[in-house]
Amino acid sequence: MPNESISRRDILRTLAVGVTGSVLQVIPAEAAEYVHQIVHKEKAASPAGTYTPKYFSASQYAMLVALCDMIIPKDAKCGGAVEAGAPEFIDLLTSENEKFQLRLGGGLFWLDGYSTDHYGKVFLECTPEQKKEVLDLIAFRKNAKQDPSLSQGVSFFAFLRNMTCDGYYTSKIGITDLGYIGNTSLREFPGCPPLPE
Amino acid sequence: MFQVIRSPRQYDVCIIGSGAGGGMAAKVLTEGGLNCALLEAGPEVHPEKDFKMLMWPYEAPHRGAGVGGRARENFGEFLAPNGAWHIEGEPYTSAPGSDFQWFRSRIVGGRTNHWGRIALRFAPVDFKSKTRDGLGDDWPITYEDLAPYYDKVESYIGVFGTKENVPSAPDGVFLPPPKPRCTELMVKKACDKLGITCIPSRLAILTKSVNGRLPCHYCGQCGRGCITASNFSSSQVLIPPAMKTGKLTMITGAMVREILVDKEAKATGVSYIDKATRSEKRINARAVVVAASACESARLLLNSTSSVFPTGLANSSDTVGKYLTDSVGSSGTGYFPQLEKMPSHNHDGVGGMHMYMPWWKFDRKNDFPRGYHIEFGGGRELPGVGMFNGMNRDEEGYGLSLKQRARKHYGCHIGFAGRGEMIPNPDTYCEIDPDVVDQWGIPVLRFHFKWSDYELLQAKDMQETFRSIVETMGGEYKTKTSIHGDLPFGIEPGGKIIHEVGTARMGADPKTSVLNGFCQAHDVKNLFVTDGAPLVSNPDKNPTLTIMALSWRASEYLLDEARKGNL
Repeated sequence: MPNESISRRDILRTLAVGVTGSVLQVIPAEAAEYVHQIVHKEKAASPAGTYTPKYFSASQYAMLVALCDMIIPKDAKCGGAVEAGAPEFIDLLTSENEKFQLRLGGGLFWLDGYSTDHYGKVFLECTPEQKKEVLDLIAFRKNAKQDPSLSQGVSFFAFLRNMTCDGYYTSKIGITDLGYIGNTSLREFPGCPPLPE
Repeated sequence: MFQVIRSPRQYDVCIIGSGAGGGMAAKVLTEGGLNCALLEAGPEVHPEKDFKMLMWPYEAPHRGAGVGGRARENFGEFLAPNGAWHIEGEPYTSAPGSDFQWFRSRIVGGRTNHWGRIALRFAPVDFKSKTRDGLGDDWPITYEDLAPYYDKVESYIGVFGTKENVPSAPDGVFLPPPKPRCTELMVKKACDKLGITCIPSRLAILTKSVNGRLPCHYCGQCGRGCITASNFSSSQVLIPPAMKTGKLTMITGAMVREILVDKEAKATGVSYIDKATRSEKRINARAVVVAASACESARLLLNSTSSVFPTGLANSSDTVGKYLTDSVGSSGTGYFPQLEKMPSHNHDGVGGMHMYMPWWKFDRKNDFPRGYHIEFGGGRELPGVGMFNGMNRDEEGYGLSLKQRARKHYGCHIGFAGRGEMIPNPDTYCEIDPDVVDQWGIPVLRFHFKWSDYELLQAKDMQETFRSIVETMGGEYKTKTSIHGDLPFGIEPGGKIIHEVGTARMGADPKTSVLNGFCQAHDVKNLFVTDGAPLVSNPDKNPTLTIMALSWRASEYLLDEARKGNL
């Protein structure tokens, strides 16, 4: 096991390159492994607590959360996009990008307008069946071909679906869901396990 | 309000650029006893702090997409710093009808911090382009001239590979290769059926310790930069030994404006902008080595005008900026249902392919000159932003069905990328844009770029080959390309493969070339260019290994000339 008594500073000094040229000195493999773990632990530390949206209004953000939850819901195996922090991720990127603001902000307006026209109430107040009815329409390009008035909604949903997947599948929940194994330090690469028939 | 500061000190050599070519010159020249100043336009790099090795996407608030999602344009926010297609305040332009993309990396080590580590020798035939098929020009040197330097570079930086006796891909001094991944075994099987050569790749990644550098730990993330220097970068492998000699003065944040010459047509030093103080400074040197990257070096020569060199330094041939080429690139993806049943396992390996296909059709008549190699990758990689865009585009929908589909699709794709040789043409070059300057007041480059039918036919052949490999494997080829549109057969825009070379080519005739076979300017005896600019042709082998071999050879020649008092 790595020697915990080696200080991180000692190892980083040994690993450090640039003016010292120390990269050409031998350092023990254990020390390198230890650094990997320390760096990993430090980077893993993240602040917790409730989230205040950076860009979306409270009602828009509630819509975003509802949509993320419908795009990738939780199931018996694991959490979904909301548990994975996808809405926070989408809000952060949107706060920094005017194109995203137009696309997502405009899309949420469109969705409320469509819901009001068809059900007499905004999207969040619709019944689960009504929400599903709208998404079943805007989740497929072919529907916009039949009814061009849906095209803005379809384009918005395709964009949000990709961003939701980005948020979910870059989370710990999503990465575990896919069964990815790796991003670690190995002494040898084991190659391919026996292929299934 | 620029202030010009003159330093009385004179260096033996001033090196401009700290990437593959400049870093190698710094190592060889300082170890040979010369006092060198190394100017780098970017900042220092601190691997333990700057490299995002082993970071999970969820440990970054932007998950790899970068601020506003914009890092996706530049291969994601986890890439080693500071590479970008666009640098604020430092524009370049494309002539009407041209679309050239220029990837620059302003930092110590330059693009070697993140590069693909693909380290391929040019073949003997690659140095005899014109003799071979009448196109382009022969090099003034042969494979035999460069082979000892390929040996030295490989031995020093560490390259894995296997001896294969493939004429288009000469063997080198190799470390053992890593074991193949599952996807690579599948591709190899199909290639065997099709008669396509598929062999272990040759990457500058250590599978054994070399000079005290630790072997690879197989996290698959070389592009992020390696804290343990288990892959090659100039910043970690070439600059440190040069520093150790005590003869290297590294000056970062130094944007070189001009190389200075005297009336006898000898370089006397350089004038540069110290970015931190926005002041103009000067370095005096007995010789100058330019290695700022092929196009940046051409820009510097063209901007260094004087009464002796009115059209640019060392440009009496009027060929600086000409003969620009990039690699031909076209790619495609296959979906493989048999991978749906693949059990979870660590598929990371080194940061790059463990196997590849060198050019294999050298023994027959093809529809196009020269050739290409194929790189491929895929399978159960670390998930990242954009991974399911393709699935969403094809299958749409949402909800539990989407979640199930992603579980099924994950790890079932393999992507193929061809990298082929472009023939230099008169419509492809760079020049100074008379109307645009950068934030330092330095005139910028304007690019002209055109693919010819030679390259388009090569891209067509790549697409047909990818399809046949995918279908032989029992997969579905997902990429659709056609002869129509701006990018026929999926050919990438010029510059996109980031193998731009040739803009100050070497040659036997000073009337048609800038440099001699030792990368020394015909017109200026104490001026050398040691990046991608000297390359006479751009074979289907990534240029970095050859740049380092040429730089090592040029630096030894420079040392020799210095000893003889010829500089």
